[in-house]
Amino acid sequence: MPELRFHNLTLGYDRHPAVHHLDGAVKDGALTAIVGPNGAGKSTLFKGIVGEIKPLAGAIERNGLDVHDIAYLPQAGDIDRSFPIGVYDLVAMGLWRSKGSLGGFGRKDHDRIEAAIAAVHLTGFEERAIGTLSGGQMQRVLFARLLLQDARLIVLDEPFTAIDAKTSADLLELVQQWHRERRTVIAALHDIDLVKRSFPQTLLLAREPVAWGATRDVLTAENLETARRMCEAFDEHAAACAVAAE
Amino acid sequence: MSVLYAYFIAPFAEFEFMRRALVGSFALALGAPPVGVFLMLRRMSLIGDAMAHAILPGAAIGFLIAGLSVFAMAGGGLIAGFLIAFGAGLIARATPLKEDASLAAFFLISLALGVTIVSVKGSNIDLMNFLFGSVLAIDDPTLFLIASITSASLIVLAVIWRPLVLECVDPGFLRSVSRTGGPAHIAFLALVVMNLVGGFQALGTLLAVGIMMLPAVAARFWARDLSTMIAVAIAGAAISGYAGLLVSYHANLPSGPVIILVAGVLYVLSVLCGPFGGLLWRALPQRHLEA
Repeated sequence: MPELRFHNLTLGYDRHPAVHHLDGAVKDGALTAIVGPNGAGKSTLFKGIVGEIKPLAGAIERNGLDVHDIAYLPQAGDIDRSFPIGVYDLVAMGLWRSKGSLGGFGRKDHDRIEAAIAAVHLTGFEERAIGTLSGGQMQRVLFARLLLQDARLIVLDEPFTAIDAKTSADLLELVQQWHRERRTVIAALHDIDLVKRSFPQTLLLAREPVAWGATRDVLTAENLETARRMCEAFDEHAAACAVAAE
Repeated sequence: MSVLYAYFIAPFAEFEFMRRALVGSFALALGAPPVGVFLMLRRMSLIGDAMAHAILPGAAIGFLIAGLSVFAMAGGGLIAGFLIAFGAGLIARATPLKEDASLAAFFLISLALGVTIVSVKGSNIDLMNFLFGSVLAIDDPTLFLIASITSASLIVLAVIWRPLVLECVDPGFLRSVSRTGGPAHIAFLALVVMNLVGGFQALGTLLAVGIMMLPAVAARFWARDLSTMIAVAIAGAAISGYAGLLVSYHANLPSGPVIILVAGVLYVLSVLCGPFGGLLWRALPQRHLEA
């Protein structure tokens, strides 16, 4: 049973497509990388998956999953780092789906939060204000929160960009743990070598899907070159798409 | 000892209007500053100002219909405040104008309209009371109104606390896990309007926002976490109320403006001496730490 299925999906802004006629499915428990040049529509696809934007055409089937049950790490989160809140409190918000605005936190919840903070190697940082953290530490905090979300489907938009090697390795270990737990993980990545090493499935996207399948078949020099060429600029005066809608 | 008593306590022990004013100020100090802290943290500090102007025509229409009835003026103020909050939001969504621009337009129109309406029926003294309040003239119904607004405000704040905090820190995450962000934002705007209406009788439309924002902005220099910041803001507002009344009593100055002036003095002191970002600390030659 596929977790996610795209039916002739077109996503975009002001009628301009950023993801064009995407068809296919992400299998339950798959670990999929999405690769493509800047402007290829990776972030747009993620916003579509989590329901932040509605399809211009086609549909996304989520296998009965509520969009709020998808754990989503946006690329440049709009986090206000100057807000006076500590690491512990921000991580604890990962329990939102079970706690809501009013649910109390008990001993067991406290243990889960501490465990999540320990899993990203931030024990001892609980009371630190988020404004005092480095970029890598902040990403660890966000991963701890993702851990607590305990989601079946996890969507990561460039999780390892601007992060040092040690942090990337630690966080990648968490991603692989999710994969072992049979969760479905989709991540947008630029590091081709990392994808080849750690992600069994790849979707190569250049607005339109270039290739989708086993990583070694998708990430060929030929496909990557095709993707680069296909990512032409946004055309203000583009004509209406002639491909028939279903 | 008796000198201290005469200076600091006797005015309140002797005069009932001073006691009422003090209780009213304390109630305002409990309700408005927490809202002010959130306004500041959401970079909406000036929104309070705009909303304060916006409630004037509503209160004035209440005055026009029912005379100096507390509840008519408060009701009118609440209705006008809500209308303008949502009107500005609506225009921001439907046109290219940003919310702050449409609020600016709305509040200027409201202020002009309010002053015109008050002048039609009332005297210049009424107008002064509308704009700057009359904290020494607080009667039982007014006290009851302020206390109710403060209680309601604290309860609502407790209920929307988590979504409100999360909407400030990480609105994208809140959207991804729940739909409470929108309703929490609306409830928060309602809190702003309510607390301004509460402060309107005591401090007037122009100064009510002072007891909301000045202690909140000052508190930023004394605390790093949200709860402490709010506690400091409440304490600062209460001190301003007490000290302001005392100074105005002894120096025979108008009470409302003096309360806000005391809050202003506390703000300046905080900017200078506050342990988190105060200017004096920066001026001191300090060696950097080892780690």
